[in-house]
Amino acid sequence: MSTETSNSESTDPSALLEFRQVNTHYGAVHILKDVDLAIYPGELVCLLGGNASGKTTTLKTLLGMVTPTSGDVVLDGEVVNNQPTSYRVANGVTMVPENRRLFKRLTVKENLMLGAYLRNDRDGINEDIEYVYDLFPRVKERLSQKAGTLSGGEQQMVAIGRALMSRPKVLLMDEPSMGLAPALVQQNFELIEKINNEGMAIFMVEQNANMALSIADRGWVLLTGRVILDDTAEALRANEDLQKAYLGGGSGE
Amino acid sequence: MTTLPSTLLLDWKRIFKWGPICAAALLFVSLVGMPIKLDPKSIISPLLSLGYVSLFWLPLIFGYIASSRVVLEGVETSKPGLSDLLTGVLTGAIGGAGLTLLMLGIENFDIRDPLINWSPQLLEVLAFGARDLNSAVWIGIGGALGLVGAALNVIPESLRRVVSYGSFTVLAVAIFEPALDDMSEGFRLEWLIELIFQKRGGLKLWPAIILASLIGLISVISKGKVKKAVAQYREQEGSQKKQTSYVLFGIVAVLGIVLPIFMGTYVNSLLANVGIFLLLALGLNIVVGLAGILDLGYVAFFAVGAYTTAVFTSELSPFFAPGMTWALSLVFVVILAALTGLIIGAPVIRMRGDYLAIVTLGFGEIIRLLFLSDFLKPYFGGAQGILGIPGIDLGFVYISGTDTRGIFYLVLFFCALAVYVSWRLQASRLGRSWMAIREDEQVAEAMGINTVNSKLMAFVVGAVLASFAGAIMAARVGSVFPNSFMILISIVILVVVIVGGMGSIPGVFVGAFVLIGILGGPKQPGLLQEFGSLKLLVYGMLLVYMMLQRPEGLVPSARRTQELHQEEFLQDSWLKGTDAEDEEQPVEGEEAQI
Repeated sequence: MSTETSNSESTDPSALLEFRQVNTHYGAVHILKDVDLAIYPGELVCLLGGNASGKTTTLKTLLGMVTPTSGDVVLDGEVVNNQPTSYRVANGVTMVPENRRLFKRLTVKENLMLGAYLRNDRDGINEDIEYVYDLFPRVKERLSQKAGTLSGGEQQMVAIGRALMSRPKVLLMDEPSMGLAPALVQQNFELIEKINNEGMAIFMVEQNANMALSIADRGWVLLTGRVILDDTAEALRANEDLQKAYLGGGSGE
Repeated sequence: MTTLPSTLLLDWKRIFKWGPICAAALLFVSLVGMPIKLDPKSIISPLLSLGYVSLFWLPLIFGYIASSRVVLEGVETSKPGLSDLLTGVLTGAIGGAGLTLLMLGIENFDIRDPLINWSPQLLEVLAFGARDLNSAVWIGIGGALGLVGAALNVIPESLRRVVSYGSFTVLAVAIFEPALDDMSEGFRLEWLIELIFQKRGGLKLWPAIILASLIGLISVISKGKVKKAVAQYREQEGSQKKQTSYVLFGIVAVLGIVLPIFMGTYVNSLLANVGIFLLLALGLNIVVGLAGILDLGYVAFFAVGAYTTAVFTSELSPFFAPGMTWALSLVFVVILAALTGLIIGAPVIRMRGDYLAIVTLGFGEIIRLLFLSDFLKPYFGGAQGILGIPGIDLGFVYISGTDTRGIFYLVLFFCALAVYVSWRLQASRLGRSWMAIREDEQVAEAMGINTVNSKLMAFVVGAVLASFAGAIMAARVGSVFPNSFMILISIVILVVVIVGGMGSIPGVFVGAFVLIGILGGPKQPGLLQEFGSLKLLVYGMLLVYMMLQRPEGLVPSARRTQELHQEEFLQDSWLKGTDAEDEEQPVEGEEAQI
């Protein structure tokens, strides 16, 4: 037995975003139980789990919408437990919400600009908006259109673009394949992979385990608030239990 | 036997649907007492009074509705003709029959106990003053009006324009008679007023006809030009649009400054009323229209503004009477209104939607009850209120409460300030955060917007604007009473904002002028002072109609129109095949779930 505390065990100075023994409660209900996570620069990691396993709570805790009852959330080496969402967004975490949730009555441009709400560097914002245009040329064509009138695929692009506008270090994605037609799901994962290849660290929560693991570097599996598996994507795909539970009885490769 | 020609086949279903509805509407209007109450207001003297207009327009409208058809593109519809006219006639006649039955009923039964307008007086109005008029006449009148309504569908469009513009002008001129009368003195145009109006009120017959044909003619000549000009203005971009806006703004400003000089007491005080409500509505528009916070207790801030002014300026304030000038007290008004905004806002702001609306409703009443309470009577005078509030001393000029022109200028100044503030805020960072919160509060929070602070700011800005209105009102009336701040005021302001168009500054203007200027505020008479207590009914009907037919308001902000009519918009583009690009799947739904 080592004498080290659990805290220092998982401490890693190179991690962008870290959970150290995080517990959260909604009232008396214990949601996350001693969760340890770490996301490193340039990584694409995914968090798998069924319904009510605490995936969304994990994201909310990372973003500061839920405060942990014990344990630490560490952003870039700094404990940010008591910092509000705005602080965390300003310091490099952004979320692409489930179902995209654009501001439907606002134009695409306004949506993108709201992503950069906390920034004041006009040049930087312009630079980033050009970057988003480069990434998604179709978004540029739709700038003055109301976001609600876009097709599903375009909305996903705007949602990701909006998140990128805050110049994040880590992009959190809540169920990116939720509510998309099968053809779009594939396209969507290609998008995520593309952004990751540009060097962006991505933390993705997903029910579509097969798809997610096919592009991820690492993955965690959450079961009723506890991390039960933590491995490389490769290994997780080979894991038989997981195959049975999530991947449709090992019918794959 | 010969069958009827196909053009004479009547759509009986429509007739028996709209006819009885028309009859019911006529009965309702009669029993509510509109014909009696509005009879003194003459439109064309001595032929037509507003009371009869309130009856006549119904068969006309229903005749029009019953005979109009749904035109589908690509589907052959038979030409409008005789059968449509007959449909109109029958619909109107069924409606008129309702009134015939009513007259017979009044003659033979007495149920005046629940229905106070079931009276000989109503009978007299319905009989056009004649004693032994056959009640069946109304069937004929209804039929004739239905015919006119149906004819509007049949006649060519240009003629329809002439008729509708002409009659609306006559109606409008007659409604505006008191205002025109009042203004004529300033412009030295009394002779013109004498020429077209009767002494006892109402247009003279010939001037009415000439006026109607003149406007009808102009409407044909200017057809489409106004629309084009507006469209042109909308399409302008950047500096050009700015320029046009400045010119328009300049014209409005000059008019606002110059016109009151020519206006008499009546119009000035009417406009001051409109202005006070406009100021309130502009404030509420920020809260409801921009930030999406449904505040039903907005009158609280109006009350705080008025009471603060009363306490700080009146010598008769019971507890603390520094007797400041109005201008100086305004500083405290702003501070206290902002504080009240924070105090009420802080607990309320974390709630959403319906809950928030109900809690604000409660706070609105709490503030009034506090001023009314015995507990605070030593400070605010309880039900007796605070009297002896002096006029407005701005340092360089003194405006007494009865100086309607001065008050109007003051109101104008504060309205301009409110417009400027709303306009600047709309484009600001704060304004953007409000829009985001209104759209999706959770996502706004995830974008790093401090939603609590943003919403509190909306509350505070709205509170300060309302307190200005309160301060002016207090000085104008010279006294404040708790019961001047009933919940009804909150509702009326909200109706002004909704009818005008939420989030649209021009919309709020139109809403305030139409509702407060023409119908009148909760206690303030408007141009149609004959409406009296009926105006709340009209408010309600207007609100229901607007929600059903034009939820975006009279002058909508471009954003709302598109959202509310998006389905129609999408259907249209689908029909016209212009939207071929979007082949992808619709967004909603969860097809991809595994």
